[in-house]
Amino acid sequence: MDVVLEIRELVRRFDTMVAVDNVSLEVQEGSFFSILGPSGCGKTTLLRMIAGFQEPTSGVIRIRGKDMRGIPPNRRPVNLVFQNLALFPMMDVAGNIAFGLKRKRLAAAEIGRRVESILERVGLADYGAKQVGQLSGGQKQRVAIARALVLEPSILLLDEPLGALDLKLREQMKIELKKLQSEVGTTFIYITHDQSEALVMSDRVAVMNAGRLEQVGPPRALYDSPASCFVAGFVGESNQFPAQIEEQEEKQIRVRTDTGLQLQATPMQPMERPECRLFIRPESIILQPEESLSGINRFTLQVKTILFDGSNTKVLATVGESEREIMVSLPQNRQFAHIGPGDRITAGVYIDACRCYPVHA
Amino acid sequence: MRRETKIGLYIFLAPVLMWLLLLIVVPHIDLFIMSLRGEDDLGEAIWTLDNYHSFFSERIYWLTFARTATYALLVTLLTFLITFPVAFYITKVVHRRYSAFLTILLLMPFWVSELVRVYGWMILLRESGVINHLLLGMGLLEQPVELLYNDVSMVMGLVYTSMLFMAVPLISSLEGMDDNLIEAAHDLGASKLTIFLRIVIPYAAPGITSGAIVVFMLTLGNYLTPNLMGGKNSLWFTEQIYNQFIASFNWNQGAAFGFLLLLLSSLIIWAGLRLSRQDLGRALT
Ligand SMILES: Nc1ncnc2c1ncn2[C@@H]1O[C@H](COP(=O)(O)OP(=O)(O)OP(=O)(O)O)[C@@H](O)[C@H]1O
Ligand SMILES: [Mg+2]
Repeated sequence: MDVVLEIRELVRRFDTMVAVDNVSLEVQEGSFFSILGPSGCGKTTLLRMIAGFQEPTSGVIRIRGKDMRGIPPNRRPVNLVFQNLALFPMMDVAGNIAFGLKRKRLAAAEIGRRVESILERVGLADYGAKQVGQLSGGQKQRVAIARALVLEPSILLLDEPLGALDLKLREQMKIELKKLQSEVGTTFIYITHDQSEALVMSDRVAVMNAGRLEQVGPPRALYDSPASCFVAGFVGESNQFPAQIEEQEEKQIRVRTDTGLQLQATPMQPMERPECRLFIRPESIILQPEESLSGINRFTLQVKTILFDGSNTKVLATVGESEREIMVSLPQNRQFAHIGPGDRITAGVYIDACRCYPVHA
Repeated sequence: MRRETKIGLYIFLAPVLMWLLLLIVVPHIDLFIMSLRGEDDLGEAIWTLDNYHSFFSERIYWLTFARTATYALLVTLLTFLITFPVAFYITKVVHRRYSAFLTILLLMPFWVSELVRVYGWMILLRESGVINHLLLGMGLLEQPVELLYNDVSMVMGLVYTSMLFMAVPLISSLEGMDDNLIEAAHDLGASKLTIFLRIVIPYAAPGITSGAIVVFMLTLGNYLTPNLMGGKNSLWFTEQIYNQFIASFNWNQGAAFGFLLLLLSSLIIWAGLRLSRQDLGRALT
């Protein structure tokens, strides 16, 4: 597959503050690429540089091999869906969508045809004459996306477009957006601070923190083998413990958490100092493991509460003397339906599911 | 409950209605009656349309009105052209931190009375004024020239006087505009000019309309500035009214002129709204 966007050593400074710090990445033609990071990590700044609203301090942005430096936003083959949508209130829906086409000086009949077909595509046929103010949140969303998509950009940039929607609608739009992308085949670069959005929709995800890329890869790779302490904590749910290394072998270390739990764990990065951070996913803790299993840490849980949430039900429990609770997923089958607060239950976790990262002081 | 809200409404409306009645409706009824009165050949008071007739039959009267209306339109246009970039700069270009400060700076001259402001212009422009002094001093002029008392100086004075009434609605309508609209249009391929014509102006249209109406009406009804800064030939319609009331003691004629001013200016505004497809209700909200 071809590379549609190539970014090399991109830096953007505001006064002394570095908003985007030496970012390099490649995006494949036709893929759904997400940039995931906490608020203020520089996502919007990165996107605005791709769209042309901000010039990089240094570094190169190439779209389809063409250097974009100095090319204004109206001449770039990319379109942006704004965080707040920015629909034009003085035009109706069709007027909004036709705006970009008119700038290309297409014939009126052709514009009408394309507007209609894109409206149909986003499920808003017959909405052309509606005023923007009359639309619901989700409909506005779709108009904003249609307005950009109708121009057939090389890349569609989306800046947290679902941020303003309520949870239910967000879940629904997530699926719709993914479907839309695979139908039209346009490359999407999607910015979000919501890890579930990124994991569900994307072909590849770049995790960003404090202006830097921490890891770029398919969602499963981020989830299964986070490359850094930040990614391990940010992507997916985890039980986290500050820990000390007590014994170090090549592929395995022995750690003691601050709660006093002793475990065999896997170092994910070279460990230079004894301080580290241990991550265990709730679903990797096995309840009542078979005696025969090997390569497993065993301990006893004291159940505190059950957090019932259908298929996502969890147990809050403590280990040993400490009051600190850890989260354990309950398996789907009703095997453990009987357990309740106060019960003691044996548990185990595979050594390679106990991931350790060095902490940077 | 409903009765109470109704009473509340009346209590709030009462002063407004009183004000409208006493200061607007009653004088206009009086003016209207007066404008329809006249004297017959024997000096008896009679009902007549003569006062209106003379407006249309005497060239000087309706020409003065046409001139005044044309200049008022010109002043409105110039005020808009000068104020809009300023308002745009204050609201969209400079950092938010300075917007309020710049707005105050813009409005500062309007804290002094119109008379003082006009006098300020006169000090600058008159034959022995500051500008002449400077030009003579730099050797650019041999003889002092009179910069005052012509149509140009009058229009300048009127534009200056009107700026406040254009700036406030423009600034408030542009302030409400999301900056992302401009960027979105740019992103969708629009040039700076297109953004201006298709996005910024339509967005500010209600503000432009209300500013233009106020400026037009105030300019049309202005007396001080045309009188002090205009020349002998720059006759303003308000001066005609003044002359009828004060110089000729022909109150009936003056009343007819006053009424015609109201009627014709309303007509012009109505036509303007129709032409620009603007809605008075929307402009005033
Ligand atoms: N024009 C600017 N001038 C100065 N600093 C800026 C400017 N734009 C952004 N920043 C700073 O750069 C950093 C990154 O901002 P950015 O808007 O890219 O974050 P973000 O990841 O999009 O956050 P969010 O998720 O909240 O939208 C922030 O600390 C912000 O304060
Ligand atoms: Mg942002």
